[in-house]
Amino acid sequence: MKKTFIARNPSALWFLAALAIFTILVTVLSESVGAGIISTSFLKTLGKTLCLCLVAIAMDVVWGYCGILSLGHFAFFGIGGYAIGMWLMYARTEGIVVTSLQSNPLPSTPQEITDAIGTQIFGVVGSSEFPALWAFSQSLPLQLLAVVLVPGLLALVFGWLAFRSRVTGVYLSILTQAMTLALSLYFFQNDTGLRGNNGLSGLQNIPGLEDRSQATVSLWFFWASAAALAMGYILFAYVVSGKFGSVIRAIRDNEARVRFLGYHVEHYKLFVFTITAMVAGIAGALYYPQAGIINPAEIAPIASIYLAVWVAIGGRGRLYGAVIGATVVSLLSSWFTGGSAPNINLGFYEIRWTDWWLVLLGVSFVLVTLFLPKGIGGLFDALVRKPDVDRQGDYGPDKGAWRDEEGAPE
Amino acid sequence: MSTLLEVSGVSVTFDGFRAINNLSIQIAEPELRAVIGPNGAGKTTFMDIVTGKTKPDEGRIVFGDRGDSILGMSESQIAQAGIGRKFQKPTVFEAQTVRENIAMALKNPRGPFDVLLSRKADNSETRIREISDEIGLTDALDFQSGALSHGQKQWLEIGMLLAQDPRLLLVDEPAAGMTPAEREHTTELLKRAAKTRAVVVVEHDMEFVRRLNCKVTVLHEGSVLAEGSLDHVTQNQDVIDVYLGR
Repeated sequence: MKKTFIARNPSALWFLAALAIFTILVTVLSESVGAGIISTSFLKTLGKTLCLCLVAIAMDVVWGYCGILSLGHFAFFGIGGYAIGMWLMYARTEGIVVTSLQSNPLPSTPQEITDAIGTQIFGVVGSSEFPALWAFSQSLPLQLLAVVLVPGLLALVFGWLAFRSRVTGVYLSILTQAMTLALSLYFFQNDTGLRGNNGLSGLQNIPGLEDRSQATVSLWFFWASAAALAMGYILFAYVVSGKFGSVIRAIRDNEARVRFLGYHVEHYKLFVFTITAMVAGIAGALYYPQAGIINPAEIAPIASIYLAVWVAIGGRGRLYGAVIGATVVSLLSSWFTGGSAPNINLGFYEIRWTDWWLVLLGVSFVLVTLFLPKGIGGLFDALVRKPDVDRQGDYGPDKGAWRDEEGAPE
Repeated sequence: MSTLLEVSGVSVTFDGFRAINNLSIQIAEPELRAVIGPNGAGKTTFMDIVTGKTKPDEGRIVFGDRGDSILGMSESQIAQAGIGRKFQKPTVFEAQTVRENIAMALKNPRGPFDVLLSRKADNSETRIREISDEIGLTDALDFQSGALSHGQKQWLEIGMLLAQDPRLLLVDEPAAGMTPAEREHTTELLKRAAKTRAVVVVEHDMEFVRRLNCKVTVLHEGSVLAEGSLDHVTQNQDVIDVYLGR
């Protein structure tokens, strides 16, 4: 089968085209270079949505293709955000501190500067010491490395322990929930050195870009998010096509049988779990500078469950399904919870969407599961894919197979 | 002819029930061997043990020229060492095409990175063709294997076994659900495979076993009751008792 990448993944081309058009459209309508129809805050929402799409396709690969229902992938997303946030906070605070110390009569020593930065950052949790976790926070390259490596290592160790013991199904899901809960509780502690429940803030101010307006910086982040989503899509389309995809789908459908074919199932799961965690970290690192703030509530177990809901609503086992699910649900979510949705007055009771949005989400999840088991993305099947079994004429190539003359098999 | 698989003194207990009781079997390479026995004789459990699915409570199993014990190995390591298995109920990957099923089974490096990066570097397409011709599914290569008939799924699974190119084939009831003509083809195919490797066939159907024309091992209550040619074992008084009732 000598087919090109695009021929094997026609949806990838469509997706990339749609993403490119969307990006151009948003750019043209943006405040900084275009018509100014899209406000900067909405531009940020769109950029954040692209990051959520990226983590959703990672989730789709791990769940929809490999069959591992990980309810902890948002933890990797959050770790990516914290990793970049540490550098953003350090570098920006350093800039402010250095400027303010310049007014002193005596030039300040490096130690004084470090102490002043520490007081600025950790004052809220009653400390001024730099914790060990912040050892590399002054270095952008090292923190960028941490965006990928920390989630990757955590996933590698966690996955190795879990898959080696052959923990599967719902037990594995519970284990991943425990992981993200433990991590979120750990981040909540002031002693951890990540500013406890205050989290990291002011992340929208990028050091070195102070003279640029938020409108410009937001557009850059939007472009970066779109580029990351495009690359992530190509990467995962490559991973899930061809023989590797065949093997991981086989693992999803019948893990034991794949073992008897001689594949080390654990290695494949570990590979998929780790690479998706790394991509989730990258998505988080692009998301939080646009959100401006990250705190431990972001990696609470519920966030990872939302991620699974997006993928289920969008359609498992197809990458564009994850994108559709993440886009639709997260944009609707911000519309309903942002107070823009008109309340419905029933006379005796007023439905406020800020309260009722979760109910609506729950109901639509149930409805999609019942009536669209393949998710919203499954609707495209009617257009693009051939039906799973195209039974026209004889029912098999073999002479013994059901013949057309015999009518439909019962 | 050298011994390829040696099972000695193996016992397995499931919740107090002795499924395999001090079982000893030797399989040579090349050899064709039929294993028969009434229900519950331990035929499938024997396969489970050899393929690593079930760990025996005691006993020794060695495989290959160097006489490596397979007891500490995982299912996938055993499969890589050269033991292939066809299940009683055909278990193919129904959501994937016949081609994908065979491609997955082809003897190629099995690591995640090998599979991810070496896409077209081999002559897989030729080998897939050879195998699909052999099992009569060339026209169906791009079918979802879930759309195949029961007999065709049996064939596909046999094809996947051949694609694995194992030294020892464990075949559980290959002829179930096949037409007489297909049975004949299966017999030939197994006989041919047994010229270069070891083939162990578990079968209920005496007619099929007779056609295989090979050494027969009769299992009963988890151990070997009789061994020899089919005529020899069918004249054995113990075997008659077990099969026809006391």
